[in-house]
Amino acid sequence: MPRDSSREFTPKVVTGNALIEGDVIYLTAADDWTRDLARAELLTDEATARLRLMMAEGQPDIVVGPYLAEVAQGADGPRPVHFREAFRSTGPSNYFHGKQAGGA
Amino acid sequence: MYSYSEFDAAFVAERNRQFRQQVERRLSGALTEEEFKPLRLMNGLYLQLHAYMLRVAIPYGTLDSRQMRQLAMIAERWDKGYGHFTTRQNIQYNWPKLRDVPDILDALAEVEMHAIQTSGNTIRNVTADHFAGAAADELADPRPVAELIRQWSTDHPEFQFLPRKFKIAVTGSPNDRAVTMAHDIGLQIVSREGEIGYRVIVGGGLGRTPMLGKVLREFVPQADLLPYLEATVSVWNLLGRRDNKYKSRIKITVHEHGIEDIRARVEERFNLIRPSFGGVDQALFEQIRAAFAPPAFRTRSSEGYHAARAADPVFRAWCDTNLAAHRAPGYAIVQISLKAHGATPGDASAAQMRAMADLAERYGHDALRISHEQNVILPHVHEADLPALHEELRRHGLATANIGLISEIIACPGMDYCTLATARSIPIAQQIATRFDELRLEHEIGDLKIKISGCINACGHHHVGHIGILGLDRAGAENYQITLGGDHTQDAALGQRTGPGFSAEEIIPAIERIIHTYLAHRTGPEESFVSAFRRTGMAPFKHALYEVEHAHAAE
Repeated sequence: MPRDSSREFTPKVVTGNALIEGDVIYLTAADDWTRDLARAELLTDEATARLRLMMAEGQPDIVVGPYLAEVAQGADGPRPVHFREAFRSTGPSNYFHGKQAGGA
Repeated sequence: MYSYSEFDAAFVAERNRQFRQQVERRLSGALTEEEFKPLRLMNGLYLQLHAYMLRVAIPYGTLDSRQMRQLAMIAERWDKGYGHFTTRQNIQYNWPKLRDVPDILDALAEVEMHAIQTSGNTIRNVTADHFAGAAADELADPRPVAELIRQWSTDHPEFQFLPRKFKIAVTGSPNDRAVTMAHDIGLQIVSREGEIGYRVIVGGGLGRTPMLGKVLREFVPQADLLPYLEATVSVWNLLGRRDNKYKSRIKITVHEHGIEDIRARVEERFNLIRPSFGGVDQALFEQIRAAFAPPAFRTRSSEGYHAARAADPVFRAWCDTNLAAHRAPGYAIVQISLKAHGATPGDASAAQMRAMADLAERYGHDALRISHEQNVILPHVHEADLPALHEELRRHGLATANIGLISEIIACPGMDYCTLATARSIPIAQQIATRFDELRLEHEIGDLKIKISGCINACGHHHVGHIGILGLDRAGAENYQITLGGDHTQDAALGQRTGPGFSAEEIIPAIERIIHTYLAHRTGPEESFVSAFRRTGMAPFKHALYEVEHAHAAE
């Protein structure tokens, strides 16, 4: 069963917003949080992804609204598939603010 | 303008004290996000795509220079040096940190402002005609009644858990600049045999199911207004659908039950509760009205103004687009466009906010307004001061002469900021404005309102734009639907969809084709876009949008 569903499962990362700053954060393989999508843990197995999400949900003092976002494996780590996740990983397009400016 | 009573100040201070503790409890882990979310929303604090967002009410769009300077201070100290003015006469800060928000709310309270009921299922910030108290065509100033409604609706014990949000707008002029036909309740001040009262419009709204409001009662006397409003909201509070949020707004309740049924229920409820309004509200209304007494208008020569108009074509062009008729002789209403070509609609930097505050103080009887069109208004400026004012505005990048033209676009924040958005709005607005500026066509095109929303919730009022643009997510790509023929005024109309949407790359050329079709079909420059559309109908526009393109594609 896990084998079958993992074949259809598309890669994910765990992401949400930081409690204090409100900016976008991603769960890493080292169990901490990063602001850089490329450093996020790529989850290719559905059961593992669910477990990692549950772990994130257990950290309400760090992250708000964690969820699994679809990504693809890029040369330098996970990269966004949908344009919404692309904007979340960089910042707004009208000002050089947010992640693209290297800050929250 | 209205000043807080001791009661108002104590109420806001107490709410801020409570919220400070709520934030502390959230940060300490004593409150979960599920517990905290409704509390922060009650105080206007959202969590958006990249950061928190604080929505601050500017009641009926009115503020003075002291308040505008404080908004600038907040932008600089706790945000990224700018603020975004919205279609509901609020200002939004896009980057506050959670731990700073209690301090921001205290700073707002210092100048009699707050973020209460700018979110959640409550009665929201009451909006009004941004020319209130100044317009030449005005029957009565809508702000005193808007303030009365604000006091009645703020923390109203019956209305803190409504089926959904509830928005009220008031106009005191027959020329509706407050979009009253697209609000849950729209109030139009009317006169009957010399007595001032209200036409009550109910069940308008844009969003997923756009509807224009219907007349609930043609005339409600001043003394009956609050009990009548209370009866209306109360009927909906009981009847409104709580099982499905897409059917919860009063427009659906009116649609499902019929206006006659709702009217009968409201009248019954009104008769029941009317005696409980013992007249305190009327005494209060008189006090509020006194606070909105017009400034002491001066009689001065306008010679300098006429000379400057004759001598300076740039000044003249700005006057032609950005001024509106004032009721006092020699005065003008100045509209400061926050829509410089290529800039983000509705954004003002802290420096610009301070500049506008200074100019309001120096030339404008210390009065400023925020319009639902995301501009700033100086409602009372003497013509003699216009040349100097214009020069100052130019120095601060605030003299864009485009009010009512194609580049003066309403745009919601869209997917650049908003978690609900399905596509971006701001870049589309920027590109349209830049493109038609390059083409040097916008004065030739004349009166044209483009309104852009980044999702079906329609914060950008696209349904009532002459050209409406709706950004959607179609199969993982941004896609833009066009509607034509909408109207936000007293002649309110919902736009009609042209057909299939356009990609982000195709949308600007599509708008260009619409404009060229209008220019080719209009009877002359005096026939505006929307008039021409009403005459010709959709056919020529549809042809230009779809058939011509396909012909090119086939070549």
